[in-house]
Amino acid sequence: MTATEAVGAAVEVVDLAVTPLRELNQRLHDLADQTAGPERWRVLNPNGAHAVACGLDAELEVEIEGHVGYYCAGMNKLAAVRVHGNAGTGLAENLMSGTVTVDGNASQSAGATGRGGLLVVHGDAAARCGISMKGIDIVVRGSVGHMSAFMAQRGRLVVCGDAGDALGDSIYEARLYVRGHVAGLGADCVEKELRDEHAAELRELLLQAGLGDVDPREFRRYGSARQLYTFKVDNAAAY
Amino acid sequence: MCGIVGLFAKSLELEESLGEHLAAMLTQMSGRGPDSAGIAVYRNPAPFGSSKLTLFSPDPLEDWEALCQELGARFGGSPEASVRSSHAVILVDAEAADAEAWVREAHPDLRVMSAGQAIEIYKETGRPEEFVSRFDLASFQGSHALGHTRMATESSVTTEGSHPFSTGLDLCLVHNGSLSNHNRLRERLRREGIAFQTENDSEVAAGYLAWRLREGASLEEALEACLEDLDGFYTFLVGTLDGFAVLRDGIACKPAVIAETDDWVAMASEWRAIATLPGAAEAREWEPAPGVAYAWERAKV
Repeated sequence: MTATEAVGAAVEVVDLAVTPLRELNQRLHDLADQTAGPERWRVLNPNGAHAVACGLDAELEVEIEGHVGYYCAGMNKLAAVRVHGNAGTGLAENLMSGTVTVDGNASQSAGATGRGGLLVVHGDAAARCGISMKGIDIVVRGSVGHMSAFMAQRGRLVVCGDAGDALGDSIYEARLYVRGHVAGLGADCVEKELRDEHAAELRELLLQAGLGDVDPREFRRYGSARQLYTFKVDNAAAY
Repeated sequence: MCGIVGLFAKSLELEESLGEHLAAMLTQMSGRGPDSAGIAVYRNPAPFGSSKLTLFSPDPLEDWEALCQELGARFGGSPEASVRSSHAVILVDAEAADAEAWVREAHPDLRVMSAGQAIEIYKETGRPEEFVSRFDLASFQGSHALGHTRMATESSVTTEGSHPFSTGLDLCLVHNGSLSNHNRLRERLRREGIAFQTENDSEVAAGYLAWRLREGASLEEALEACLEDLDGFYTFLVGTLDGFAVLRDGIACKPAVIAETDDWVAMASEWRAIATLPGAAEAREWEPAPGVAYAWERAKV
């Protein structure tokens, strides 16, 4: 380790205009299991490439300068990935832990199936944001598209703007907070009272996302009415 | 999966390098559609009273000169064929519809890829990179162009089944997705007098638009009617004499990105195709909303 890295100032710069994407991802993967190496990374010229900084498993900081394609930061553990641009389909899909932040917009299925960690989108997220989420927290500064939180099982989805049609369709136990207009609720998704404990967890999530200026009391809470087939005790024998 | 690209020039510089940029965009979308590739380019409008045909022959020894002489004998003038690989573009001293009808009748072995004032359509099976060099895409200049890379699902991999599809003058369509009610709709459109050359679902969408436009709808109205009458998944890019338009179905699971600068408007399935364009990093970029038609047209002089 060099002296500059030791004081945490060194940033490893990888330019995807010259370095193959697989080489970048392999170098990042090699840092799993506490292998010594650079902790701060800067990726240049992503130009919409797929699977940038995917599958990380170490406490790294990765800054990506530009728009990324599909599945950026997918399956991430521990690392903090920030995209200074827009992201394509499947951003931070199956996020396990750590944080993924996008300065711009995210395409469909952002945070899909995520099990933990925090995803922050400062622009809008498109359709199916948080589809099948299983413990991830997602904070969207803008709006989300239709079918967001479809079959959401666990975790929190916070939307500072509006939500598209069929929000929370067939939802299980996830909690949804929307500040703006909801175009329509999906099957078995209902509005619920925003109690003090909800305002408190919302304030905490907004602070973590760097949105401390947003008032938690301006949101409405949505969740499962628990009326679909799987919630009926009469159907328990089927399992 | 398929790939779509479109490029609309807003500056003279971009018009002069249209083909070069289209080639780069199409190559980026190769992975989405390695079966076939095709383009529609709008350029060099035919003089008033004449029209332009793009014809395809599966015969590499096709005698285009003889065809030109026949066309000259039938419609007057001395047409010349501009040949690119398996395709030829011919200027005819006749209305486009008349010239097209004559070719279909007199030469059923030839395929009319497009007919109109400015449109030229080229498409072939094989990898998009090969298509780009075989048809020398980089040499094209023009006002706007569409492209497609195909991964076939609904019909076989043939030149005729490749995109773009044209069933109306200066009109064409490329499609990412699949339609499920195309058989019934094709029959309905045939009864309305729309001709089809394949069993392909996307050709039905092109025919549907041609029919709506013929019945007096504007391009936006025709696209909005698609939302009612077409069942399936689609991102469409539609080319007309003056510009192009984008439409995604209400579910919007097929991707689309649009970007705009002072020099161009571009549409593609993925950002990496648009990233090849000059000034892309500073472009205004957005994802078209489901069920909303977006159109760009050259200002009428």
